[in-house]
Amino acid sequence: MTTAHITVDHLTMAYGDFVIQRDLSFTIGRGEVFIVMGGSGCGKSTLLKHLIGLHRPAKGQVYYDKQNFWRADAEQRIKVMRRIGVLYQSGALFSSLTLAENIALPLGEFTGLNKAEIADMVSYKLALVGLAGFEDYYPAEISGGMQKRAGLARAMALDPEILFFDEPSAGLDPVSARLLDDLILSLCDTLGTTIVVVTHELASIFAIGTNSVFLDPESKTMLATGNPKKLLAESDDPRIIQFLTRGEGRGDKQKGVL
Amino acid sequence: MRKASSTQQSEIVGYTVVRRDTDTNASLEVSGQWLRDARIKPVEQVVAELESRPVKRLSILPVELADWDSRLPSYLLKIADYCVAKAIELDVSAMPQGVQDLLALARAVPERSGARRREERAPFLANVGNSVLNLIEDSRQLVIFLGELILAVGEVLRGQARFRALDLFIFVQDAGPNGFPIVSLISLLVGLILAFVGALQLAMFGAQIYIADLVALGTVREMGPLMTAIIMSGRTGAAYAAQLGTMNVNSEIDALKTMGISPMEFLVIPRMLALVLMMPLLTLYADLLGILGGAAVSYGAFDVSITQYYHEITKAVDIVDFSVGFFKSVVFAVLIAIAGCMRGMACGRSASAVGDAATAAVVDSIVYIVVSDSLITLILNQMRI
Repeated sequence: MTTAHITVDHLTMAYGDFVIQRDLSFTIGRGEVFIVMGGSGCGKSTLLKHLIGLHRPAKGQVYYDKQNFWRADAEQRIKVMRRIGVLYQSGALFSSLTLAENIALPLGEFTGLNKAEIADMVSYKLALVGLAGFEDYYPAEISGGMQKRAGLARAMALDPEILFFDEPSAGLDPVSARLLDDLILSLCDTLGTTIVVVTHELASIFAIGTNSVFLDPESKTMLATGNPKKLLAESDDPRIIQFLTRGEGRGDKQKGVL
Repeated sequence: MRKASSTQQSEIVGYTVVRRDTDTNASLEVSGQWLRDARIKPVEQVVAELESRPVKRLSILPVELADWDSRLPSYLLKIADYCVAKAIELDVSAMPQGVQDLLALARAVPERSGARRREERAPFLANVGNSVLNLIEDSRQLVIFLGELILAVGEVLRGQARFRALDLFIFVQDAGPNGFPIVSLISLLVGLILAFVGALQLAMFGAQIYIADLVALGTVREMGPLMTAIIMSGRTGAAYAAQLGTMNVNSEIDALKTMGISPMEFLVIPRMLALVLMMPLLTLYADLLGILGGAAVSYGAFDVSITQYYHEITKAVDIVDFSVGFFKSVVFAVLIAIAGCMRGMACGRSASAVGDAATAAVVDSIVYIVVSDSLITLILNQMRI
């Protein structure tokens, strides 16, 4: 049993009166690859926003280690946020800055490194994601997959304790998606980074996930939490089985009569 | 023309016939060509026919059904929905396999409860109420924005604000020197107009020399700062709203927040600083050109010599008048930056939202500018400055 890194306690998420998900409680252990999964539109990305400090919960708490994230004052919250890195779905690179400047930004702001050291660090991070030599390109000049990898390089710039990924393999070809999965795993192994991935790519879920939470859009709450392989083997909830087997677990098609 | 006539000759038609087999059974026969351009009886009429004499079971039968595309399944889907609502048993097993499969696919995932949005025409009073609520929400946003801005300015004064000096230079370049051509043109012409309008009246009692006073005072105290501010709100305020709005659409602002960098310090402060630094200078420049425009009119059309004009101006305006204009331009700069940046930061996540943000930024800043200008002029008038 690993120690808890992030604890979510009876979290309810809502936009105004419109509840997205209610009563979410789960624990993300240190060094785990934690998957947030569920069908489209169930609030996976919204949950991510609550974890990284972009959206205040309607009810419930989020703890980082023992610290209550949303009860803490702004300064402490920012301190927590500097320990995390986020890869957004679109990459979210600063479009007016080159890739090098994008990655150098957090380094320049939060470390005492000098210019040459920052440039070395930037080159190293870009090389890690397979973009060596692209320092002086603007985000608009490279492909979507490359933007995503550059976004990852920026998210890793400060060697964060926790990395969040929002749909990392969306829009990537299968080989690049696989390489990204491998990269995530090696980050987890070598640096002990805790990783939270929002995804519905089954291949990734089973390849990298060591723990997960399953959100259901209909009942607006979580159905299960645990290792995805174990969920597949042991769960008796048809919705989970259907999701994890691409619907093949229940193949009763009706023909003729509607 | 040939094309139109040829389609008229060979019109594509799909037919439907409702046949009543027994008291409780009916069948719907579909025949002809069910294509995108085909003329087909509206589905509502078929539903109305079924409605007139309710049945328990409806079969859909193809009779010489030729070609079909999405037109047919979408038509049948509507009928299937009606049948579900009225608990009528629907039998499509006689239809081509493709139609059956497409229908089954369309009905495989049931409509998410509450997913459909109803377009309701709200009553007039509800609209009024909603606009008031929106106004309150807007004001709340403005107060929050102002609060955060003041905190960020505090950080700047303590020398701890985080933004890139390079950004500031770019914004200064953009808000200052790049605005020269349009500011030159507008202020020169406004000076000319002011001189002409005044001169025609003054010439009636031979007081052309006072054109200088009119133009100089009017430009330095009012028109210089006002016209510069209106130009800048369209040029720079709208640009700020669009820049920040696009960054918002692209999650760049979220990315900054999660990096622990305040977007207020990093994005808003350099823009505002650039405007506050450049607007007074642009205003001075506009004053100069306005006075030049007045000189051209007085000299060219009303026989006032340049020396006389110059001499009159030195008597008419003093440092106080320039300070008033200077003060106003700083106030306007802050207001334009607030309107532009606030609308940009609060921008929705679509292309049209960015356009809306830019429009709202310009409208807001012009309102702020004119209202604050009136207030300042009133107050100064009371103080006799």
